[in-house]
Amino acid sequence: MRADPAEFRLVSPGDLQVVLSLLASEPTEWLPIAGGTDLMVLYSAGKLPNRKLVNIWNIPELRQIEVFPDSVRIGAACTYTALRKHDIVSREFPLLATAASWTGGIANQNRGTLGGNIANASPAADSLPALLVYDAEVTLISARGERRMAYRDFHSGYKQTALAADELIRDISLPRRFSEYVSHARKVGARNAQAISKVCLAALGQIANGTIRDVRLALGSVAPIPFRLNETERALTGKKIEPSLIDTARKSLVKEIRPIDDIRSTARYRAAVAGNLVSEFLEKLAAAGANA
Amino acid sequence: MNPSPGTGTKCQLLFTVNGEARKVLAHPMERLLDVLRNELALTGTKEGCGEGECGSCSVLLDGMLVNSCLVPVAQATGASIVTIEGMSAHTLMIPLQEAFLECGGAQCGICTPGMILAAVHLLEKTLEPAPADIREGLAGNLCRCTGYQQIFEAVAMAARRMVRK
Repeated sequence: MRADPAEFRLVSPGDLQVVLSLLASEPTEWLPIAGGTDLMVLYSAGKLPNRKLVNIWNIPELRQIEVFPDSVRIGAACTYTALRKHDIVSREFPLLATAASWTGGIANQNRGTLGGNIANASPAADSLPALLVYDAEVTLISARGERRMAYRDFHSGYKQTALAADELIRDISLPRRFSEYVSHARKVGARNAQAISKVCLAALGQIANGTIRDVRLALGSVAPIPFRLNETERALTGKKIEPSLIDTARKSLVKEIRPIDDIRSTARYRAAVAGNLVSEFLEKLAAAGANA
Repeated sequence: MNPSPGTGTKCQLLFTVNGEARKVLAHPMERLLDVLRNELALTGTKEGCGEGECGSCSVLLDGMLVNSCLVPVAQATGASIVTIEGMSAHTLMIPLQEAFLECGGAQCGICTPGMILAAVHLLEKTLEPAPADIREGLAGNLCRCTGYQQIFEAVAMAARRMVRK
C-alpha cells in the first residue's frame, strides 16, 4: 500500500537545538530525515512506522567536513558526493571515498549521507567497513548532551544500534594516521552502481621487511552487522606473507564470518568471495612490501 | 516554535521551477515527483521504479542531479529546480538531442529525460569525459530498451561536438 502524504508531518526547523528538543519531547514519534534515499523508499512503500518527520537536511553544522591536525570530522549529513570531492578525505581515507563512489548512482550520492548510512545500519552498507578499519568515532547528541563512542561499538545486532530514540548522529571523526597504509577496497555485486553488495571489503595494512606490522580487515554483507575480522587480523600480524599464510587467513575468516543465503547471494558464495578478496589484498600488500 | 502544520494540513511552498517562481499548496511529504507532474503539469519527469533505482524521475535541484521520487517536496522549499522541460534552451540540448537521434539512444522514451539530465549534469562538469566517466555519470539511470551502448555513444558524440564548437 502506497503511503498517503496527508497522514504525515514533516517539519523543517533549520536549527539543531530545535530538532533536538523536538526529538526529546516525543522521542519515539519523530524520525529525522536527511537526503531520504533510504527513508523515502520505505515511505513510498507504506512501511515507514513514524508519521512525524523532522528535516535535518538543512542543518548547516551537520553538513561540514572539518580538518584538524590529528583528525577529520565529518558532519553526519555530508553526502557521498561531498566525501568524494573532499581533498583530504579522498587522499587520506581512500577506502571511504571509494565506498562513496560505489553507493548508488550520482543522484543518490548527491543525497545519501554518511550518517544516514550508519543509522540505517544495513549489514550490506558500502561505507561502513571503511569506518571500521579507520577506527572511526561517532558523536551522538541529544537534548541531554553529547557522547562519543568508538564506531565499532555502535552496531549491536541486525539493524540494532546504540542510538537512542532522542539522539542524532552529529559527526564521524577519523584519526589521520592511516595515510601511509596500503589500502584495498573491493565490492562484488551484480553491477557497479545501484547494486547492493554481495560482499565488500575494506582493508588496510603496513608491511616492513616482509612482515605484516598492522593489518585491518572489515567486510560488508557477511554478518548481521558490518564486520571487522579481529581474529584473522591477529593471525596475520607479525607474519611474513606466504602462500601458507594466505591459506591461514582464508580458514580463519570462514570461522569468523556469519554469511547468509538471501536474494542476492548464498552463504557459500559469500564465504568463498570473502576469502578471495582478503587473499587479493594480502598479495597486494606483499607486492607493496617487495617494492618498498 | 510552531512545530508545524499538523497531520493532514497542506502548506504553501515556494520554489523556482525552470527559472519561474512557483507557489504550490502541498502536503510536505508529497514526493517532488508528484508535485511536478500533478500540480505543475510537468510530465516530462517520469516515474519508473519509485525507489531511487532507475533515474527516470531525475531533476536538477540547486544544480544537483537527484531522484525526485526520493525528495519530500518540503525539502525543495526555496530551491531552484530544473526539469527536462527547462532544458530546451540549454546549450547542450541540441547536440544531445541530435546525438541521441543519430545513435539510436532513445527508444520507448521513459528513461530519456533522466538520461539527458544525467548527461547534462556530467558534461557541465566534465567537458571531455572518458568512456568510464560517461558510464559512471549515467550509472543511476536504467534503460530497458537500448542496452546502453547507443546512449553512451550519444553522450560521447555530443561532448565531442561541444568541444569542437
